[in-house]
Amino acid sequence: MAGGQERILRGRIRSVQATKKITRAMELIAASRIVKAQQRVQAAVPYSDQITEVVRDLAAAGAGRGSPLLAGRGEIKNTCYVVISADRGLCGGYNTGVQRAAEGEIKADVLNGLGYEIVAVGRKADNYFRFRGYNRNATFGGFSENPTYDHARTIGKHVIELFQSGEVDKVLLVYTRFISAGSQEVVLRPLVPLETESVIGDAKPAAVGDYEFEPDPGTILETLLPRYVEARIYAALLNAAASEHAFRQRAMKSATDNAEELIKSLARIMNRARQDSITTEIMEIVSGAEALGSSKTKNVRYVDIDDLDRADAHA
Amino acid sequence: MTVSVVSPERVLFTGEATQVITRTLGSGEIAFLAGHAPFLGALTECHTRLYMEDGSIVDVAVHGGFVEVSNNKVNILSDVAEIGEQIDRVRALRAKDAAEEALRREHDVEAAAALSRAHARLNATGGLAGTSATNH
Repeated sequence: MAGGQERILRGRIRSVQATKKITRAMELIAASRIVKAQQRVQAAVPYSDQITEVVRDLAAAGAGRGSPLLAGRGEIKNTCYVVISADRGLCGGYNTGVQRAAEGEIKADVLNGLGYEIVAVGRKADNYFRFRGYNRNATFGGFSENPTYDHARTIGKHVIELFQSGEVDKVLLVYTRFISAGSQEVVLRPLVPLETESVIGDAKPAAVGDYEFEPDPGTILETLLPRYVEARIYAALLNAAASEHAFRQRAMKSATDNAEELIKSLARIMNRARQDSITTEIMEIVSGAEALGSSKTKNVRYVDIDDLDRADAHA
Repeated sequence: MTVSVVSPERVLFTGEATQVITRTLGSGEIAFLAGHAPFLGALTECHTRLYMEDGSIVDVAVHGGFVEVSNNKVNILSDVAEIGEQIDRVRALRAKDAAEEALRREHDVEAAAALSRAHARLNATGGLAGTSATNH
């Protein structure tokens, strides 16, 4: 029946409206968090810049030539991928981007007969790789939107242990770099061994030669390198969090727009259905009235207008 | 000279100082005056004092980290550092007592670390005077 359809449509519109309210709220929340996340990314820059400078000074002073963390181990057999994703969905292509980049690298490694390990950060990456039967070495999750330095420390500790035990010879970070609110990109960055070229390459030996060290450079480097790795992971986590918010904001914005579009077209269909049902009703009434009228026709006396005129004249 | 205390999360403090006293790993306290030679050191848990140009002293509890001195700049990099004014003294005291209690039972590395953290905090908030501590 036409009336029933109208009611169904009204229900659908109401449910789309409710969804729209939710997506709108998520959009606004994500938008406000982008700013905060961006500030945190900025706030972490001085530390990571300075710690990089210190590592560079130490490396230039000749410390850590034998340290595998800095120099690496010639042959690379096993690579560890630290994949940083979100804990939740509803953020467009954010998780897929990171997962695909990591999966592509892993498949290439497997083809070349090399081993790999995955350290999944964020529940989405964990689910993705578990479902597809990849080697997952460890999983960290529950903080993707708001990472703290402690989280970076936990991950860093695990990664360094993995490297030092010889299980892996290289560690790569796969995350989404936050460039601006409008653009983010998935990047693959070597974490361990530290890129010696970039660390030592542009150091000025003249400026470095006269540093005093206390205790000796080797000991400082030993305590410093883990901190450096943590700082790198922390920066990646912050970038990933900011990107997640940006992706979510965009995804929720288009969801809200779609909901609006859907409401509009549903309203149009509903109005037509309502019009149809009104037309049908009128038709029913008219035809009903007609049917009633036609049953009375037998009793109707046709009056001649001339007779009426004559009756008036008599009166 | 410019001194800045930087944690991974943010720059905790920055300002112009005349002298900075801190403590390096394995050796004693070290003071930096303006124009100090380039220096790089690993820090232990300690109470770092920054003597500011306006005569005030800023106390910082530094729980490990590094100090880099170059070009008349002192950078203190620390995972965990707290400015004295922002430390919850009561909580630090409780932590100290808990750590001491734990150490009395058995020697535990974590408890020892907790105790030195508490000491650094308490020193940065005006020393141990007026506390229940008797063995210091």
